[in-house]
Amino acid sequence: MRHFVIVSILTAAMTYVIYVGLTSLGLMPVHASTQATSIDWLWDWQMRAMSFLFALIVAPMSYALVVFHRRKGETGEGQHFEGNYNLEIAWTVLPLFAVFAFAYMGAYSLGEVRRLDPNAMVIRVHAVQWNWTFEYPDYGFSSDVLHLPINRQIRLLMESTDVIHSFWVPEFRVKQDLVPGRVTELLITPDRLGAYRVRCAELCGISHSYMEDDVLVEETADFEEWALEQQAIAIEASKTPEGRGRILAATYCLGCHSITSTQLSGVAAPVWLGLFGKTETLQDGSSVVVDEAYLIESILNPLARIVHGFTPNMPQTFANTLSADQINDIIAFIKTLK
Amino acid sequence: MGGALFVTLMRWLLPIALPTVFSPMPLFDTQFFFREPAWLFGGLMGVLCFVWYHGVMDDWYQWARGIDTPEHHEDKPGIEKYFGPSLDHKVIGIQYTVTALALLVIGGTFALIFRTELAASRLQFLTLEFRLFEQNGLQLYNSLMSLHGMIMIVSILLGVAAMMNYLVPLLIGAHDMAFPRLNAFSFWVAPPAAILLVSALILGGFDTGWTGYPPLSAKAPLGIDMFFLGVFTAGWSSILGSLNLIATTLRMRAKGMTAFRMPIFVWASIATSLIALTATQLIGLSFQLVAFQRVLHMGFFDPDKGGNPVLFQHLFWFYSHPAVYVFILPGLGIVSELLPVFARKPLFGYKWIAMSSLAIALVGFVVWAHHMFTSGMNEYLRVPFMYSTLLVAIPTGVKFFSWVATIWGGKIDTPTPMLFVLGAIVVFLLGGITGPPNATVSVDLHLHDTYYVVGHFHDTLFGGFVFPFFAALYFWFPKATGKRMNETLGKIHFWLMTPAFLTLSFGMMRIGLLGMRRRIADYDPALGFDNMHLVLTISGFLIALSILIFFYNLVISIKRGEPATGNLWNSRSPEWQVVSPMPAHNYDVPFEVVGEPYDYGLAGSKYIEFITPKKK
Repeated sequence: MRHFVIVSILTAAMTYVIYVGLTSLGLMPVHASTQATSIDWLWDWQMRAMSFLFALIVAPMSYALVVFHRRKGETGEGQHFEGNYNLEIAWTVLPLFAVFAFAYMGAYSLGEVRRLDPNAMVIRVHAVQWNWTFEYPDYGFSSDVLHLPINRQIRLLMESTDVIHSFWVPEFRVKQDLVPGRVTELLITPDRLGAYRVRCAELCGISHSYMEDDVLVEETADFEEWALEQQAIAIEASKTPEGRGRILAATYCLGCHSITSTQLSGVAAPVWLGLFGKTETLQDGSSVVVDEAYLIESILNPLARIVHGFTPNMPQTFANTLSADQINDIIAFIKTLK
Repeated sequence: MGGALFVTLMRWLLPIALPTVFSPMPLFDTQFFFREPAWLFGGLMGVLCFVWYHGVMDDWYQWARGIDTPEHHEDKPGIEKYFGPSLDHKVIGIQYTVTALALLVIGGTFALIFRTELAASRLQFLTLEFRLFEQNGLQLYNSLMSLHGMIMIVSILLGVAAMMNYLVPLLIGAHDMAFPRLNAFSFWVAPPAAILLVSALILGGFDTGWTGYPPLSAKAPLGIDMFFLGVFTAGWSSILGSLNLIATTLRMRAKGMTAFRMPIFVWASIATSLIALTATQLIGLSFQLVAFQRVLHMGFFDPDKGGNPVLFQHLFWFYSHPAVYVFILPGLGIVSELLPVFARKPLFGYKWIAMSSLAIALVGFVVWAHHMFTSGMNEYLRVPFMYSTLLVAIPTGVKFFSWVATIWGGKIDTPTPMLFVLGAIVVFLLGGITGPPNATVSVDLHLHDTYYVVGHFHDTLFGGFVFPFFAALYFWFPKATGKRMNETLGKIHFWLMTPAFLTLSFGMMRIGLLGMRRRIADYDPALGFDNMHLVLTISGFLIALSILIFFYNLVISIKRGEPATGNLWNSRSPEWQVVSPMPAHNYDVPFEVVGEPYDYGLAGSKYIEFITPKKK
């Protein structure tokens, strides 16, 4: 009996120490959305359960290892008992209650995370290898930085045109895959000002690591100002081919291709600045002048003629996603980069 | 020695390499040479030629021609028998063990390579300028990371097969498996499968991870075809092996060995085999469908042709989740089998432990979609799958509580095998308790695809397979060789590997919660994970060092280990009642079961009695 009392005390103490230790470490990143509230609440209960279960097994086991360890020179066998029916029933049924409790809490918390506000602002998210674009249908423009007004629910309607991607901002907690051929939805209500990063969480190919973009949570007034400014720029740009090309390029190309003089980190893609009209050496040693025909071929069939020093990394999906007019617009944009 | 090694290597590589490379060759047209269908066909032919060349199907061929062959083929003495198609389950068990350990080394080396790259943010040596096998650094990172996953899985499947093949006939008193030729076939398709898997690295690699989700896998380089084919053929090994094991257990038990008098490991093997026999087809099928999509342009998972990428995930996880239980149940069986021996006490709640294995196996079939909580599948499916997944905790809990009760009040001894058993319990417990957060949907929305999950499943696989596998190797090594492994080196192995591994898995979970995604070659330095990643890399190398010590121990113990021909561990189990190494046809005198398997501490009780032949 004395053994059981000591072990019970040990278990309780161990549970407490582990739980306090874990919580003081600060296991989660800062919390920046209302959806995170119910997730963090459930996670806290999970930590209590983890601390208790770990102690419940390890404390008696360690105690038994010390107390019931064979002493030097000692012979003989252990006590003979084969089981205890009541004990077995107890440790089958009691955990069953815990399971149902946690499943209920999980379902409740999921309900909170998925609660749709009828006034939510819709933002359409487009993902391609390896680029995010955020379209604001209320204002009619697209951006490669996600600006969000604080304390208003955002309804992200997300599409991918090539492979599966996954939208994740750790500070918002929630995550949702983007699947080709369907629209998936994610609800976020930012409640903390600041700059975060959206990071693709589903392996999407070579440059998966670098498929990240900035997320800015701003005061409503600042957001409005930015959105109206972008709206004006978009209206102006859509009047010319190179303006439309610039918008298209931001969606499809500039995740990898740089329009400044330096290559983007992590992606071996040709720099667009000064590209048009240049003479390049191909892998087979022949040379080619970068003209409209070569650019069209390289967009539709990226593997056809690769410039020396580059690997065949470019997605081969643009023949399906871009129309001939759109390609011409993009080329018009490339021509302006001198 | 070098010459013999070369000849052996060629005997293994050429039968598979020649057909694989030559079937794409006939037209000598460069376009055709790289045509996928030819490579796929060549790879399949390679596997069949390999099996044929090694004489695994000779007897079946003779029978088809109407020629009878002897029931037993006597093995040649010495080491040579391990390189040919032996029909002895013990030889096959050792063949499985050695192949599993070889793959463990290959998979582990891959891990060390990419772990080194991860030691600091930014790319250090797997850079964009780096070139190997036509891949740049990032592509190579993805290929190595993907292959690490699948090679380790195949290694574990072979390790599981090794334990079940070697032990089950001995534990139930059979002279061999029910179908010895099928058993040899099951083993001999595994080496070509492994060779195909590794060849994926050379043939362009692939960047999908071991899960091979389309559309990414439908667009991946040629390496993915070799990966698909490797997994497909490794699956045959698993399916046929488990069929054989179930037949053996049902039909070949010793006299008096009723269901609840079987050693507990046999129960675990049955549960494992039921899963492997009925679920493995689904991973083969899902990869086959992607291969068909690639070479025959069938649009199963292509949304442009009316296909559905999420369907693949359902098919894939319908095997790949229960597969986890294939990996861990035999390991948990080893824990239950060895605890009574070293605690000198009966196994607490034998029937409950036996039934909990079956319960885990059955519940395991209805939990697969918990891998898909963020996948975009029907929202309302998430809640029932959360309930079913959490239910797995019940039978798993029964095992843990019973283990603690088993050592309670014992006379515990802690030689190397027992240390690994205790390590298995703690590490698997960590894997177990870090699981429910993944199962509750809302928290999983944060945890999914992060290093938290990576830490969690490394815990379950180390605790459920790696630790018990080492325990089994240290425990039954004397049975196979008549010598025992060095205790000091064994203890160094344990005390080096355990803290290193715990650091690794805790560290992974820590940065995962803070935002470290899975499967990335590089991470944002602004996250501040550099120090932790360096610690993780060092821990990885310490684990590798401890495994090197294990191999050194293995080699010197085979050469000049301390002789141990008797009942070294003072076990009640039948295989220890006869001399070590085990005689060629197991028990010269059959035995009868006359008591309970684990009645340690009950004076005068016996588990088995040898049946003395009556004099005529």
